[in-house]
Amino acid sequence: MSATADGMHIPAAHGHDHGHDDGSKTLLGFWIYLMSDCLIFSALFATFAVLANATAGGPTGRELFELPYVLGETALLLVSSFTFGLAMLNMHAGRRQRVMAWLVATFVLGAGFIGMEVHEFAHLIHEGAGPDRSAFLSAYFTLVGTHGLHVTAGLLWLVVMMDQVRRRGLNDDTRRRLSCLSLFWHFLDIVWICVFTFVYLRGAI
Amino acid sequence: MFGKLTLSAIPFDQPIIMGTLLMVMLGGAALLGFVTYQRKWAYLWSEWFTTVDHKKIGIMYIIMALVMLLRGFADAIMMRTQQAMASADAAGYLPPHHFDQVFTAHGDIMIFFMAMPFITGLMNLVVPLQIGARDVAYPFLNSLSFWLTAGGVVLIMASLFIGDFAATGWLAYPPLSELKYSPTVGVDYYIWSLQLSGLGTTLSGINFIVTILKMRAPGMTLMKMPVFTWTALVTNILIVAAFPVLTVALALLGADRYLGMHFFTNDAGGNAMMYVNLIWIWGHPEVYILILPCFGAYSEIIATFSGKPLFGYKSMVYATAAIGVLSFLVWLHHFFTMGSGASVNAFFGIMTMIISVPTGVKLFNWLFTMYRGRVRFTVPVLWTIGFMVTFVIGGVTGVLMAVPGADFVLHNSLFLIAHFHNTIIGGVVFGCLAAMNYWFPKAFGFKLAERWGKASFWCWLVGFYVAFMPLYILGLKGMTRRMNHYANPDWQPYLIVALIGAVIILFGIFFTVLQLYVSVRDRVTLRDPSGDPWGGRTLEWSTSSPAPFYNFAVLPQVRQLDQFWTDKQDGVAYMRPNRYEDIHMPRNTGVGVFMGLFGVVLGFALVWHIWWMAALGLAGMVGSFLVRVYDRDIDYWVPAAEVERIERARLAPLQKVGLVKVALPADDEQKAA
Repeated sequence: MSATADGMHIPAAHGHDHGHDDGSKTLLGFWIYLMSDCLIFSALFATFAVLANATAGGPTGRELFELPYVLGETALLLVSSFTFGLAMLNMHAGRRQRVMAWLVATFVLGAGFIGMEVHEFAHLIHEGAGPDRSAFLSAYFTLVGTHGLHVTAGLLWLVVMMDQVRRRGLNDDTRRRLSCLSLFWHFLDIVWICVFTFVYLRGAI
Repeated sequence: MFGKLTLSAIPFDQPIIMGTLLMVMLGGAALLGFVTYQRKWAYLWSEWFTTVDHKKIGIMYIIMALVMLLRGFADAIMMRTQQAMASADAAGYLPPHHFDQVFTAHGDIMIFFMAMPFITGLMNLVVPLQIGARDVAYPFLNSLSFWLTAGGVVLIMASLFIGDFAATGWLAYPPLSELKYSPTVGVDYYIWSLQLSGLGTTLSGINFIVTILKMRAPGMTLMKMPVFTWTALVTNILIVAAFPVLTVALALLGADRYLGMHFFTNDAGGNAMMYVNLIWIWGHPEVYILILPCFGAYSEIIATFSGKPLFGYKSMVYATAAIGVLSFLVWLHHFFTMGSGASVNAFFGIMTMIISVPTGVKLFNWLFTMYRGRVRFTVPVLWTIGFMVTFVIGGVTGVLMAVPGADFVLHNSLFLIAHFHNTIIGGVVFGCLAAMNYWFPKAFGFKLAERWGKASFWCWLVGFYVAFMPLYILGLKGMTRRMNHYANPDWQPYLIVALIGAVIILFGIFFTVLQLYVSVRDRVTLRDPSGDPWGGRTLEWSTSSPAPFYNFAVLPQVRQLDQFWTDKQDGVAYMRPNRYEDIHMPRNTGVGVFMGLFGVVLGFALVWHIWWMAALGLAGMVGSFLVRVYDRDIDYWVPAAEVERIERARLAPLQKVGLVKVALPADDEQKAA
């Protein structure tokens, strides 16, 4: 915090008025939060690894997973990360309308991902392969579902940010928050790549 | 409509609980009536509940911890009484199901709602002052952390009167804690009160890491940081690295109980040892989370009252960091009896012995700090010396149990109980009380009365040995933990002695309460106008007591360790700057209170399966947070004139005794900057 710098309290510099934080503290804190979230996923991956073969006579991953469908899900999420990247590039260029457009695109793709996941879960439960069937399925639903809950929270956050950019434009606050959301979104993307590899691909072979 | 909740959830047939409820209701009504009569609600709301000031939040944490100490100790003395009575044909006075809840609640309350709030409170109170900052990195988040922890307290206290608490032991091992064997709401109270407070703790961990890394005074490099701040840094790193695993372990247990999953069940492929591993991957770092800040406090105290710089500052820092890393590599020693094989057990046994080395380093550092110092035997020093002696015994018995072969004999015996109370009481409780006596003047502007502080110390020290040494012997004789009744009359004399010890500790607690009362009563004579009652070495003593809400009118410049001590030696410690500047401060907010409140609603609803209310609680939490997100009026400026007025009032008495020097000439000030 460089609150001692003289320029900090010139009233005219309203955009830079928040001498309490120039954004760097928030970003560092958010990185640390992401690492703690990463540990949540690590613990869930570890649990999945331990219980992956505990199917208790129920269906295995090879019988259940439809790789082309999951590939579709994956494509939606990866492209949504790309569109968020475009939103951020436009944010740095100060083009508000394009930021909004790419955020909307990100939201649609993310919602599509969640829709596909919910459909997949419903299908599995309908087939009698719900989370209460075996320890393997408990671990599967919890790991994938926790990721899905994160994406859902991200979607809610996206809505809030679209509203804030619409109302307030691209000021220090909204830029900082978009930067955090962007980190969050890409982080979920990376977690999904691990899910795709260790849960679906490894489960299907 | 109300899920599983009916009027029969209140245990009308339990005279002990109903008596407690009556007393809590009478006491609560008296307290609320008093506040109303004194017309203090507006004051409490605007000055305390909604505060984002780290000092006030710290004080609230510590008050909460002291209240929960009373609750946790009430559980303890009930257990000691039961075990002193229930030998051979005697059944004692506590039925088994009640006794099981008492030992579970005792452990959870003491760890999560006494020790954790106490050290979080101390870090809140001290860290920003020690690093010369005006607040923590995220003041609102700090308030939120406190209120989430308070929400956990409300839930666990509610379990006493509405429904029941877990009867599983403090870590709720499955399969016992699964729905099949614990069908009541007890384990659900356990899960949600810990999840709520755990979330608060994680957020607070992130907050303090960023505060310490980004907000240190100009010139204070990491190796010029006070030791307490170093231990706080490592502790908060451990919090952020360990608490997510606790969150997962409890969430998976919750998934088993609420959604019929099979993580830890006996059937359908579940694996109960998975839970035990997860919970101890959090649990072992947790004990270092608790003890490290206490090590930091002892270091500050022993250096201050020996009138010497801390011996081996660097080795202290490296020892702290080494403990931080090693604490993640010893978790399996809590269950050598799992049967993971000789090589795995040997690895964890050796790691456990290794982790005692840095602690030994610290101990020698404290001893060498005292060596040839002019030690003043104040209350904090008594606690520190009491700790050094007691903790060594606890450490040695710990290393003893690190030998897997010995552990197979001692596992879950009273020897283990004696060991960890030896470290937690001798280390954490002594440390918290030492720190409370040491930093109290900084928080309130007057010292705590020595006499009752010393009485409290001696009762605690003697009481501890009388209460726990017999348990070591009982452990070696084969008595296991958590026994509601035992057939062997040979054990009873030891347990009666242990009860006497607990009663002596009761006097210790009573004297602490009395000490607080007497000190508040005599606050005028105990006043410390200087802000530096002990001859301190670190920055927190350079500002007034209590510190102004902005902590430092001018941010201190740091060139070396113990800068304030050097400044006093050089006669430049109380310089009045020739001009003040506007200070930027965060505004109070009630959002944290509301989020904590909705958190309680959510937790309570989940415990009782009242789904509409759970939705309401969750929506309330998210909604309150969104209110905060849209709030733009979150900070303000304190005008320089106001700062000057406050500082003049503070420095006036110091000027009389000749401490305050003339202002630095302008060019000197620039040179210093």
